[in-house]
Amino acid sequence: MIEIFGVPLQGLFGQLLVGLINGSFYAVLSLGLAIIFGLLNIINFTHGAQYMMGAFFAWIGLTKFGLSYWAALVVSPLLVGAIGMAIERTMLRRLYHLDHLYGLLLTFGLALIIEGFFFNEYGSSGQSYDVPDALSGGTNLGFVFLPNYRAWVVVASIAMCLVSWFLIERTRLGAYLRAGTENPKLLQSFGVNVPLLVTLTYGYGVALAAFAGVLAAPVFQASPDMGSKLIIVVFAVVVIGGMGSIMGSIVTGLGLGLIEGLTKVYFPEFSATVIFLIMVIVLLVRPAGLFGRVR
Amino acid sequence: MQMKMAKFLAGVAALAFAAAAQAQVSNDVVKIGVLTDLSGPYADLSGPGSVLAVKMAVEDFGGKVLGKPIEVVAADHQNKGDIAANKAREWFDRDNVDLIIDLVSTSTALAVMKVAKEKNKISIVSGAASTKITNEDCTDTNVHYTYDTRSLAEGTGRAVVKQGGDTWFFLTADYAFGHSLEKDTSEVVTAAGGKVLGSVRHPFPGQDFSSFLLKAQASGAKVIGLANAGTDTQNSIKQAAEFGITPKQKLAGLLIAITDVHSVGLKAAQDLYVTESFYWDRDDASRNWSKKFFDRHKKMPTMVQAGDYSATLHYLNAIKAAGTDDTAKVMEKMRATPVNDFFAKNGKIRADGLHVHDVYLFQVKKPADSKQPWDYYHVVQTVPGEQAFAPLAQSRCALVTK
Repeated sequence: MIEIFGVPLQGLFGQLLVGLINGSFYAVLSLGLAIIFGLLNIINFTHGAQYMMGAFFAWIGLTKFGLSYWAALVVSPLLVGAIGMAIERTMLRRLYHLDHLYGLLLTFGLALIIEGFFFNEYGSSGQSYDVPDALSGGTNLGFVFLPNYRAWVVVASIAMCLVSWFLIERTRLGAYLRAGTENPKLLQSFGVNVPLLVTLTYGYGVALAAFAGVLAAPVFQASPDMGSKLIIVVFAVVVIGGMGSIMGSIVTGLGLGLIEGLTKVYFPEFSATVIFLIMVIVLLVRPAGLFGRVR
Repeated sequence: MQMKMAKFLAGVAALAFAAAAQAQVSNDVVKIGVLTDLSGPYADLSGPGSVLAVKMAVEDFGGKVLGKPIEVVAADHQNKGDIAANKAREWFDRDNVDLIIDLVSTSTALAVMKVAKEKNKISIVSGAASTKITNEDCTDTNVHYTYDTRSLAEGTGRAVVKQGGDTWFFLTADYAFGHSLEKDTSEVVTAAGGKVLGSVRHPFPGQDFSSFLLKAQASGAKVIGLANAGTDTQNSIKQAAEFGITPKQKLAGLLIAITDVHSVGLKAAQDLYVTESFYWDRDDASRNWSKKFFDRHKKMPTMVQAGDYSATLHYLNAIKAAGTDDTAKVMEKMRATPVNDFFAKNGKIRADGLHVHDVYLFQVKKPADSKQPWDYYHVVQTVPGEQAFAPLAQSRCALVTK
């Protein structure tokens, strides 16, 4: 059997596949963050809590209202997105003219409050969400047993990323959005309702987080701290990819998932740290990130 | 006239006697402080349920001891040693707290034990698991009541090897607790004739364990030992089922509470071996108490919570028997009196503070065998206390070895 540094090639393929799966979570989450940062200039620290809410709403929907997984995949992001828009309208809006730090503090505080609320209501042990019947079971690929649900996670995430990219880069709405990023005043003078655009953008970014949360519910336990475990890594992904770069965050998310997967094979203790090491190197060499432009 | 005089004198004597007895309770109140994780990862294992268990013990005792009221206070230590130590000082110095109980997570337990010793007050550890509590860091004012990593390893490790699971691979949380659990279990497995093929250490806390599980799968070991806790364990179990690793390879959970099984669900957790010192549905006595607890908490009690109740009653009984809440005398009474209740049969508190009692090996039921919510375990066997806990001769506690 062919071995690479003592690991059989087949095992390595399995590990890379698992890395790709985690990478797709990073991609969807960092995409949402990048969109929000791009237009609002807000570092959305509530993102992890909104991802957690997505998972919890799916679980609540299933256990209290009999809402199926497929319905939750639509309803939960809409709900969380709506809550996000309310937050933008009532609170975030007042901070745009101030330093980044204020937005960071507000969203971080909100994240703590939301997590505290879920801790209080549902306790610290996670809630279990079963894989939907249509996606249960798995396929033996020879080198690894791939659970069908994980395959679905990769497909759904990449599809969602591509749709978002298309919306922003190829449609008229996306053109407004990009124009708003460059020069909101000028865009407003053309009669575009920029404040509404900003609200919708925040809602969309937040809904992406919730979408990732619903995808994650059957894989991880839905627990109040699931977001805070992930969010720091996702921030690192955004920084590496380049703040505000759409394609950058997608590609970096997937790529870093793969690198993390490899680290888990060769140096497991280091796997939580490797992404930050890469972040340091990238910041030293390319301060604007791999795909970022210096503004 | 003489009769009256005699009655009068008797009355005076009785009053004087009562006053003397009352003087034996410091500050005219027995105050119990429940110091625990009220909002973090261990809040389900102990947390608000532990506070309730202690309150129930006080109610069942009658609310008074030696004629003085018993009060219960509670605080959140956030699993941080410094916060726990500060709260303990405040309670002992300012609020006249006599006993601090629960102390989930080892760092808080060790910190509070030290403060209690310094202030000559009693600490009872029910939540934390490290064997250091009764070895290197033992004090003569502390009791380690409910369980430790040695008893968990002994129960699950030995039994699984006996059932044919003689090759092991560990999935270990990369911090002190995980390392010690892996070490304790490896020793038991090897001593029982099994073999440890390897281990992988995952960062704590983790989310996705599938990479590590694939490594465990590739090792070909019959048993994957989970030397982690809480949501890490839950996610490991869930993902092992997802990747088809179980039931081909067996999982052995080295620290699993019934609330973890409740969270993961029987579908993923079935057949798992678990060692605990308490299960609500074990006999009539445990059922009776647990139902009362469930009515108020809406969750069945964990071993930590049941241990808190039992320890509180044992402490109050010791005060009553000693006729004082003086620390040395109460500790002496607690050590001299065996514990006999729904939690422990003939439990004994040793000089190093370890409460030696039976623990139980359980296997998680299949979904079809579970008749009601919280009906999760088969009892596989009782592990006698002397076997479960390390013998006194092996103790590294200075109180014993000197």
